[in-house]
Amino acid sequence: MTVVTKTSDAPQDQTAGASPLQRLFLRPEIGAALGALLVFVFFSIITDRFLSPLGVATWLDDSSTLGIMAVAVALLMIGGEFDLSAGVMTASTALVTALLAVHAGWNVWFALLVSLVFALAVGAFNGWVVMRTGLPSFIVTLGTFLALQGLNLGVTRLVTDTVQVSGVRAADGYQSAGWVFASTLNIGDARLQASVVWWIVLTALAAIILVRTRFGNWIFAVGGELPSARAVGVPADRTKILLFMGTAFAGWVVGSCNILRFASVQANQGVGLELHYIIAAVVGGCLLTGGFGSAVGAAIGALIFGMARQGIVFARWDSDWFMLFLGVLLLAAVLVNNRFQKRAERVRR
Amino acid sequence: MSSRPQRGATAWWRRQGRLLPWVAAAALLAACSGPGTDAPAPAPTPVAAGRLESVAVVTHGSPGDAFWNVVKNGAEAAGKDLGVRVEYNASGDPGQQAKLIDNAVAQGVDGLVVSMANPEALRPSLEKAVAAGIPVVTINSGEAESAKFGAFAHVGQSESLAGQAAGKRLADAGRGKMLCVIHEAGNVGASERCGGATKAFGNATTLQVDINNPTDVQSRIKGALEADHSIDSVLTLTSQIAARAVDAVHEARSAATVATFDLNSDVVEAIRAGKLLFAVDQQQYEQGYLPIVLLQLYRANLNTVGGGAPVQTGPGFVDKSNVDAVAALVAQGTR
Repeated sequence: MTVVTKTSDAPQDQTAGASPLQRLFLRPEIGAALGALLVFVFFSIITDRFLSPLGVATWLDDSSTLGIMAVAVALLMIGGEFDLSAGVMTASTALVTALLAVHAGWNVWFALLVSLVFALAVGAFNGWVVMRTGLPSFIVTLGTFLALQGLNLGVTRLVTDTVQVSGVRAADGYQSAGWVFASTLNIGDARLQASVVWWIVLTALAAIILVRTRFGNWIFAVGGELPSARAVGVPADRTKILLFMGTAFAGWVVGSCNILRFASVQANQGVGLELHYIIAAVVGGCLLTGGFGSAVGAAIGALIFGMARQGIVFARWDSDWFMLFLGVLLLAAVLVNNRFQKRAERVRR
Repeated sequence: MSSRPQRGATAWWRRQGRLLPWVAAAALLAACSGPGTDAPAPAPTPVAAGRLESVAVVTHGSPGDAFWNVVKNGAEAAGKDLGVRVEYNASGDPGQQAKLIDNAVAQGVDGLVVSMANPEALRPSLEKAVAAGIPVVTINSGEAESAKFGAFAHVGQSESLAGQAAGKRLADAGRGKMLCVIHEAGNVGASERCGGATKAFGNATTLQVDINNPTDVQSRIKGALEADHSIDSVLTLTSQIAARAVDAVHEARSAATVATFDLNSDVVEAIRAGKLLFAVDQQQYEQGYLPIVLLQLYRANLNTVGGGAPVQTGPGFVDKSNVDAVAALVAQGTR
């Protein structure tokens, strides 16, 4: 959707004819990649434990669940919308699974299936309300977020009289479901969690959808210029509703990984994480205004987040200042990112 | 790994995209171990006697929480007194807490102190730590699971017993209906305290508030008192909420008695002024300090403490009779 103007040093088309280096700087994720490299080198120098197999497994693990969500949220943001209910969705899906498996005695696979249907229904509802009313998704999903938070606590207390559900390990089908969502992959000393594999696979899938399919073009179109997209026949409603279902689906994946790995879930989990997902997507080159960004970038944004979060602990800095360090690191990454974004814009013009 | 997929990322994915899921699936099947823990809990392996150099303390307190600040002070004071490097980290999210434990194991600490608000979630990480030969002491919550997961000691206060003691004291004070204020949705200890208090007291209702929003706390307690005039006692589960409850009782012009768990300077002042009947004190400074001592004894001499039973730090009571002696200690962040 960029307007191509002729200047002496810019290529005619977005990428064709540009040198490979220039083409690299045109990528939305280039800034994030450099930020990630900086954070990685920084902590590798400060503490040798950061690069040990166990250390790498720790920060990959931390990045993975955030990354799964960030990638889905990035697609939604490129489509021009927000989903504030994404954080609690990770807890809601885990609670549905756990309540059905533990308290109703269902097979874990059926419980997972029902919680998937529940997640997709909430996602579709979000999208449908946003498209029908024209209200900002910020407001609509804030409502869903609060409603889910209340449901999480209310239903959990009603059924169990406590605020957490545990005991999934004893349920039917736990072993096989656990293999899919919560097993560990042993590479030498490092134990990679299944969530890391999910993260990589879903990132690849999202990247392919975004740049290789017609649906991907629709995402950019509805996020960049909705009226024009509609005018040229892009099914805007369907696209956006599917994107909301996408974040809900990612919430289900993360919720399932969590419940099967930790075998218990608290009613207040996930609150506040929705902002982390948005941060990771923005660090990865997504614009808050929509129409620009990348799935790979969001995954790298999550990687920066995870590396910083665990790196601070490895570096043995006083935990009182933890959030300050995290904030400064993220800001630094965003600033690096921004510089390159500006460069890319210039080249593009 | 961290920065490989950046070179022409999308083009690269484009080429690899179709293959990747299969490669991942094959890799998964190749070297995989099942979910969670299928093996029985490992017995704690005695570590060769030696010096205790570093201890990681991983709790579920949110940063800036007054209660956990005292625990942290206790752990750091013990570290100073014994010449041990103590690293304190905390996260209220069980998943994050598990990752902090993994992090401590990756760092190769000599001892681990963990509070288990959500024991099941920490189990795999804790068992990994025990298997790696790191002695573990659990604190504050999770005493039932402590030994099962391979920790060699637990230091804390039994929440339901403490709750019963508080409920009994309010009943002895001749109160007829209690309002128990729960401040965190996911906090199991809080539920146990209310459960214990209700069991010993009898006629009680609970009220859910959000500790991160003081205005909301005060107005909800006020609303509950105005809605039901038969409530003549309010039990709060943490010191931050106690001060709000005292104000709410005052604003609602209710004659209800307020009592609380845990101390801070506001609670001390309120007890002095007669606005609070008592505070249940679990002396959490000991929950920070003692584990470092226990780990030191275990490392140096393979000693254990408690004979398999949890080491109880509470409940103690602070009321008008002893509040003056405790006040100075609260001000310095050790009570």
